[in-house]
Amino acid sequence: MRTFVQNLRRYYSFFTGGFVMFVLTLAVAEYMGMPEQWIGWTFMAATVLLYASIGTLTRTADVVEYYVAGRRVPAIYNGMATGADWMSAASFIGMAGTLYAKGYDGLAFVMGWTGGYVLVALLLAPYLRKFGEFTIPDFMGARYGGHAARSLAVVGTILASFTYVTAQIYGVGIITSRFLDINFETGVFVGLGGILVCSFLGGMRAVTWTQVAQYIILITAYLIPVVFMSYKVTNVPVPQLVYGSVLEKVTQRENEIMADPAQVSARTAYGQRAAALGKEIDGLQQPGNALPAELRQARIAQLSKERESAEAKSRPLTHHAEPFPGDSAAERDAARLNFIALTLCLMVGTAALPHVLIRYYTTPSVKQARESVFWSLLFISLLYFTAPAYAVFAKYEIYTNLIGSSIIELPNWVHSWAKLGLVKVEDINHDGILQLAELTLSPDVIVLATPEIAGLPYVVAGLVAAGGLAAALSTADGLLLTIANALSHDIYYKIINQNASTARRLAVTKGLLLAAALIAAYVASLKPDTILSMVAWAFSIAGACFFPALVLGIFWKRATQAGAVAGMIVGLGLTLYYLIAVKFFGMEPWFHIADVSAGIFGIPAGFLTIVLVSLLTPAPDPQTQALVEHVRYPRLKNPAV
Amino acid sequence: MDKRRDYWRKNLWLTCNLLAVWFVVTFVAAWFARDLAVYTFLGFPLPFYIAAQGALFVYVLIIGVYAARMNRLDEDHDVSEQER
Repeated sequence: MRTFVQNLRRYYSFFTGGFVMFVLTLAVAEYMGMPEQWIGWTFMAATVLLYASIGTLTRTADVVEYYVAGRRVPAIYNGMATGADWMSAASFIGMAGTLYAKGYDGLAFVMGWTGGYVLVALLLAPYLRKFGEFTIPDFMGARYGGHAARSLAVVGTILASFTYVTAQIYGVGIITSRFLDINFETGVFVGLGGILVCSFLGGMRAVTWTQVAQYIILITAYLIPVVFMSYKVTNVPVPQLVYGSVLEKVTQRENEIMADPAQVSARTAYGQRAAALGKEIDGLQQPGNALPAELRQARIAQLSKERESAEAKSRPLTHHAEPFPGDSAAERDAARLNFIALTLCLMVGTAALPHVLIRYYTTPSVKQARESVFWSLLFISLLYFTAPAYAVFAKYEIYTNLIGSSIIELPNWVHSWAKLGLVKVEDINHDGILQLAELTLSPDVIVLATPEIAGLPYVVAGLVAAGGLAAALSTADGLLLTIANALSHDIYYKIINQNASTARRLAVTKGLLLAAALIAAYVASLKPDTILSMVAWAFSIAGACFFPALVLGIFWKRATQAGAVAGMIVGLGLTLYYLIAVKFFGMEPWFHIADVSAGIFGIPAGFLTIVLVSLLTPAPDPQTQALVEHVRYPRLKNPAV
Repeated sequence: MDKRRDYWRKNLWLTCNLLAVWFVVTFVAAWFARDLAVYTFLGFPLPFYIAAQGALFVYVLIIGVYAARMNRLDEDHDVSEQER
């Protein structure tokens, strides 16, 4: 064990040093005149090649190695692997952009995606490690008996992980298409290759050791641009410490923009457009319209979308640092309620996502599982407490240097991202000057364009792309493995064919992994919705399906099979019903709660159902109670109660 | 046997207390965010600081305290595992 840890340290120090040298070499090459396109390709090729070689070196035909990396991943390395597993394309690319757009209200994501680890540490990780099997459905199956709880858990795993993995592959498509200059669909399938080279041959073992490398790349890539940006704006290279003063300047600038007549004229122009679109929609809704019904509906839907965006642009801007802005007290209260609901759903969802929880099966002991959650959150926080700084610096640059400049002289980065449709500029009041309302930014563009906005060499942009790719690939790997393991281990091995040989089980897992990856890539290539809203769904789904049954299974011996099954059905059912009814069928939201926070209803409903149904059914048998007792103590000398 | 019950009770007590801290720093602070906005901390409006950095520090601390306390509790109550 000791030499194993020493070797790990040596490998990863060597790797980090090598990576720094690689980036510096490229920087020198750029200085000597290497074209941008080559730098992009070199970054992509080198990192993917690296993942592929780790994946090949750690290939395995052993079940414990393939499913849980041999249970010998030291706490600190499991922490890094969890960090990469956890931080997805949405965290890396999307979050700073969301914070840019939403200000304080976006911090629900920062708190939700970190505070969830408190629940993991205190309520789940040590107990699951003591239980020590392979998957989360495994725990459901053992604790509640029978195939019903296990199968439901598999359904929940797939529902939560599949939306999530689709979003990752979508992120890969965006990055590769921008930096390799290929079209989006090709980018998606290039990315798919990158994902499969890590997980296919070595399962969890390969994914773990690739993820450690990916963490190092993604955190370096995330920090460097904002450190430079901070130095450029404030002369202090610690963005997290100094962005308070920049935030103050942003607030001043916001006041100026609110008062500036040119800005007001642009907003008014959008207000007029929204009104005109409203009239057109009304006209279409009149009876006796010549268009066929179907075409009319499609036209109305499109116009409504345009009206919504025009209306948003006509509103005066809100302050970045102001919590829950709104015109009336009722609006502000609704915003506050949504903030709290979203934070809770993200936290509970974090503590219930199977691909995160199975990482704690891989440590050597309960003690190390506890320590490992600490390392996980420490490594994760490094990114999450930098993201708000990104948003503030980007806002400062855009508000002071871009807004108010001449539209024909906009900087290059605006044009290069406009080509991908992520930045839009429209001179609605024809004054040739860019007003805030005339600029449309996709949230994804903030992190990806910051190096260019800060005027850094192209090599930094390439580094950021490599980091985003690492974030998306590592999460996609963890998710695909979780899906494949749930299907092959829980459905195929535990339910269909308990006599399957090791070789056969691994063959089935690999086949399913490939199938899941192809389906996810196909769905991603259709470009559904934005990354963040899709990922946020998975949290409510996972939270409502797993969290109540897992926590009560550990902390309440009286929880029964019927209770757990009913609770999972009610929790998951209510969440899905709310998500779908509000999002697609225009149902009036309950208490103004947005669809992403559907779990706020599903999670308590799940808890309540488990408690009620358990109390109405006979207590679990002594064997189950002994299992609960078994997971509660790291080591029991005499297992009898 | 009592020692074991004692262990579990202490574990629950620690867990509940730490969850209370987690709850206050997240939800109580967010509920009163608009009222706290008049204060500043390190140049940040206080509620912004809490949600963007302060809460994160507290979460890391909670988990660190839990791991350290539980690992010691294991030893005291004779339920710690032998490390391989």
